[in-house]
Amino acid sequence: MSMTDRQNGQNGGGDGVIRVRGLVNRFGAQVVHDGVDLEIRRGEVMGIVGGSGTGKSVLMRTIVGLNRPAAGEVEVLGKDVWHASDEEMRELESHWGVLFQDGALFSSLTVAQNIEVPLKEYYPMPMPLMDEIAACKIAMVGLAEEAGDKYPAQLSGGMRKRAGLARALALDPDLLFLDEPTAGLDPISASAFDRLIGDLQRSLGLTVVMVTHDLDSLLAICDRIAVLVDKQVRVGTIEEHMRDNHPWIHDYFHGPRGRAAVQTGAQRSPEASDRHTAPA
Amino acid sequence: MADTASIFVSDDADAVTLHAAGDWLVRTAAELDRQLRGLSLPSGRGVTLDLSDVEHLDSTGAWLVLRTERDLAARGNAVSIANLNPSFAPLLDNLRSRAGAPVPHPVPPHHTLIGFVAHIGEFTVNAARRAVQILGFGGLLTLTILNIVRHPSRLRGTATVVQIEQTGVNALPIVGLLTFLIGVVFAYQGADQLRRFGAEIYTVNLLGVGILRELGVLLTAIIVAGRSGSAFTAQIGTMQVNEEIDALRTLGLSPVEVLVVPRLFGLLVSLPLLTVYADFMGLLGGGVMSWATLDISIPQFLKQLQSAIGQWTFWIGIIKAPFFAAIIAAIGCFEGFNVSRSAESVGKLTTLSVVESIFLVIVADAGFSILFSMLKI
Repeated sequence: MSMTDRQNGQNGGGDGVIRVRGLVNRFGAQVVHDGVDLEIRRGEVMGIVGGSGTGKSVLMRTIVGLNRPAAGEVEVLGKDVWHASDEEMRELESHWGVLFQDGALFSSLTVAQNIEVPLKEYYPMPMPLMDEIAACKIAMVGLAEEAGDKYPAQLSGGMRKRAGLARALALDPDLLFLDEPTAGLDPISASAFDRLIGDLQRSLGLTVVMVTHDLDSLLAICDRIAVLVDKQVRVGTIEEHMRDNHPWIHDYFHGPRGRAAVQTGAQRSPEASDRHTAPA
Repeated sequence: MADTASIFVSDDADAVTLHAAGDWLVRTAAELDRQLRGLSLPSGRGVTLDLSDVEHLDSTGAWLVLRTERDLAARGNAVSIANLNPSFAPLLDNLRSRAGAPVPHPVPPHHTLIGFVAHIGEFTVNAARRAVQILGFGGLLTLTILNIVRHPSRLRGTATVVQIEQTGVNALPIVGLLTFLIGVVFAYQGADQLRRFGAEIYTVNLLGVGILRELGVLLTAIIVAGRSGSAFTAQIGTMQVNEEIDALRTLGLSPVEVLVVPRLFGLLVSLPLLTVYADFMGLLGGGVMSWATLDISIPQFLKQLQSAIGQWTFWIGIIKAPFFAAIIAAIGCFEGFNVSRSAESVGKLTTLSVVESIFLVIVADAGFSILFSMLKI
């Protein structure tokens, strides 16, 4: 039996699915990114952190082609996002799913219809099958069955995020971008969401890029972390960042919240390390 | 890459095997679904679902595997999955533990007689409820205004002046242009008909009475409803979505006093003034047209106009303006407060607000016509 792409991903193969080189982003006179280099490998969970206004979301929006950079290259799955033809871009877009901060569900459609939008667009299929797939995604993200027929305005913030995740997963993408997935959730929902993303990442072999402020999330599911400081990124594991002397990074990981999160993380570590070796 | 996926059945004497092969992915799902539904499934036997030739599996494919397994079990078969690639196991387990049956979409009610009657009933009840709400809002607004009359310092002067500028001064070009053009059209059409009686000079009477009594104020009110009434709903509605209205309340400020009263007072000043301007521009348009096509000179036009209009003609138009202003401002703000937390409802209610205020303006105008004919003016 041949080895599949997905299996390679799960074994942590070193090929970069996202390569950002020399990225410069500017808004008026304000420079947000000045020569950002970033490589994200297949099958890893990359967290992006940084202070307010350091351009975490801008970096993510630039990678998915929503924000045109002033300079630099963005390559996703071997394609240059800013020089791809319309056809290549369409192909690329079917390989990624994006979860926006508040879900960004289409307010005039029900949750199930929201999930069906990308399916209809890319892979026309009979209605009953589409409903089944939508119901399946709704179940996957841990929403109740009845949620499928509700409109976004009828859902709570946490449910909207789950529904947004279900839509992002509709095409079974290889790449998942999450913008502050746990912001605004209570700690119990937030850790449930972390577990959910971890579960999905393992069973679907996803590569996840996650903008977050949540230290617990970082520890629970991220393999590496990109910290945005001084208009650049520093990439490393938590342990590496803990040793970094940059004042902001030091304060971030050694502040009271950081220490508390790392301590509880250490207690959980047997299961955390377990998950990296489990799938074979 | 060429994606192919297939399933076929081999039926031995003692066991049935379903062989799945290829890429079981979302892009092959439609084809697989067709094949799966075409299979004649056994019942009450031992069935093996052999996945050894499945090369790729995503969650959609996994759902199809799971669905087949369930369909088989529902027919009383003893199902077992064989040769599952270990890397697919977590996905399948994950789905199996969560996925239920899809929720059927609610069937839309059929267009029966009962449905039709129910629809009319619902509409009537909603309309009545709405009327009560508008009345309640009018009461609240009246109380707030009375309160401001007693404490004039509570009137927000700057905000009111800003509203006069936005609803009045900024509307001058569009109101002027449109009423000028209507004057031109009115004069042309009137002259065309009156020429048959050799009574072209009465075009001036038609213009004077028509524009001063009705058209000037009505056109202005409709333009302002479209321009400013919609803006009121959108502004207040957006504040509602952002919870700004709630923030005002928690700061001890009355949203009606802060948001509605300046808009109402602003429009009460600007709409009558706009009407005077519209009357002038309408007559100017008619005058230019009369001079150009009917050879009625400007002094002749003015003399005829003077004899055509009574002392009340001008005031009848102007008197209506504040009432129309109150309707437009009240409806615009009322619908703004009706916005729920979704951005979609801002758009919906803005449309509704414009339709409602134009409707009510025309109804009020008809009411005034009856009133004036009873008063014989």
